[in-house]
Amino acid sequence: MEHGSFQDQSQATFSFTDEDHTLANSLRYTLNQDPRVTFCGYSIPHPADARVNIRVQTTGDPAREVLKDSCQDLMLICQHVRSTFDQAVMEFKSKKGLESMNIRP
Amino acid sequence: MVSESEDSETMKEEKTPKIPVWDLPDVPKGGLPPHLELQRTRVLCTFDAPTHTENFQYSGAYASMGVDNSLRLEEFRSNFRVEVISLTEDDMEFDMIGIDAAIANAFRRILIAELPTMAIEKVLIANNTSVVQDEVLAHRLGLVPLKVDPRLFNYKSENDEPNEKNTIVFKLHVRCERGSSRIKVKSNELKWLPHGSEFILGTEKAAADSTSKTKTYTSFNCSQDSLLEFVNNPIGPKHDDIILAKLGPGQEIELEAHAVKGMGKTHAKWSPVATAWYRMLPEIVFLQEIEDEKAEELVKKCPVRVFDIEDIGKGRKRATVARPRSCTLCRECIRGDDWDKRVALRRVKDHFIFTIESAGALPPEVLFTEAVKILEDKCERVITELS
Repeated sequence: MEHGSFQDQSQATFSFTDEDHTLANSLRYTLNQDPRVTFCGYSIPHPADARVNIRVQTTGDPAREVLKDSCQDLMLICQHVRSTFDQAVMEFKSKKGLESMNIRP
Repeated sequence: MVSESEDSETMKEEKTPKIPVWDLPDVPKGGLPPHLELQRTRVLCTFDAPTHTENFQYSGAYASMGVDNSLRLEEFRSNFRVEVISLTEDDMEFDMIGIDAAIANAFRRILIAELPTMAIEKVLIANNTSVVQDEVLAHRLGLVPLKVDPRLFNYKSENDEPNEKNTIVFKLHVRCERGSSRIKVKSNELKWLPHGSEFILGTEKAAADSTSKTKTYTSFNCSQDSLLEFVNNPIGPKHDDIILAKLGPGQEIELEAHAVKGMGKTHAKWSPVATAWYRMLPEIVFLQEIEDEKAEELVKKCPVRVFDIEDIGKGRKRATVARPRSCTLCRECIRGDDWDKRVALRRVKDHFIFTIESAGALPPEVLFTEAVKILEDKCERVITELS
């Protein structure tokens, strides 16, 4: 859910249900790394409600688009982490497999 | 006196030539000066408290230095590394290098609270004459880790009929005969019922004679052990030796336990990890050479044997940092007179030593990739919600 104004789309607060620090803090990180963002932050209004508000203010681009871009960035980061991790595990397993087989070159 | 000293100071100032700040040699171009770079990349662990613990996240934080602090995916891709340190069936340790704490912490939180597993949720107790109360026994059963891949099951919502895709049924029937000694009821007594519940539904009992098929507490369409995934891999508790109760002579427990899919944020019994945690890589730097008696003293100071002594010839000895990873940051080595001027304890902000201890449902490396996938799904959901 977006709370913003129609006149000025460069600032808005986004309210996500069923989310917490996990997503909000990572999004705040990727948002902060975007040079178009002048301010961003998040808050959890009440610990008993599963809701998080993310505030985004930009230099002029629509806040909605900037937030979408940072989601995209976070997704690409995740994909890269996953492929790197899988590769590292595969390498470790094959190395360990060779060691246990005691093959000498 | 006072005016005299002031005069001499102004004299000195006049002697030094005026240079614009940006021409000073200690401001490197295109990079941060060393003291700022240190604050940006390291947590300094001083003897009273750690300092520079926060990360500078704002993209323009160093704009005045001509340094761009924004996220460049290409740079992340070339800098990010994963190194597996150890990997066994149940736990793994690996280094994640070149990632922010915000994202590393998201993975940790997802591992603990948002990865689904199967756990016993409903316990139907037919008979319990043991000293353990029904609710305590049910709670203990819930905490037993089950060895089953949760990805093969669906969530069961409140109004769903329990079927073979969302429920696993276990039977526990133990009896301690009169005259024998006390016995322990262990988790290996939990017997998997692939055909579903054997208890007949209370309301159906009266009508059981008239209807041909009696209705039980579950409505399985097929037997779970006929499903391809479980033919060679029967479902059961991960550990066979968890004590559930103790029975005295003449006592008996008869019950059925229904396991469903759930998430750790609802109840810790659904958490797939015993623990998942990370710590930043410790870095120990000698600010000056530490030799001879001082080196001996330093080696003695450290309780986890981080330091070693090496010979540098002519009977002289020098301290070296041999095992920085085992440093627990107890700060013993910087305690006492002037030791903090010789040794600097730091932590590398973007190097995480990540440890995952699986509870048994899935191997730890699969847990991590699943956790990353969940964060991806969250992003995707936000994108679709916004467009």
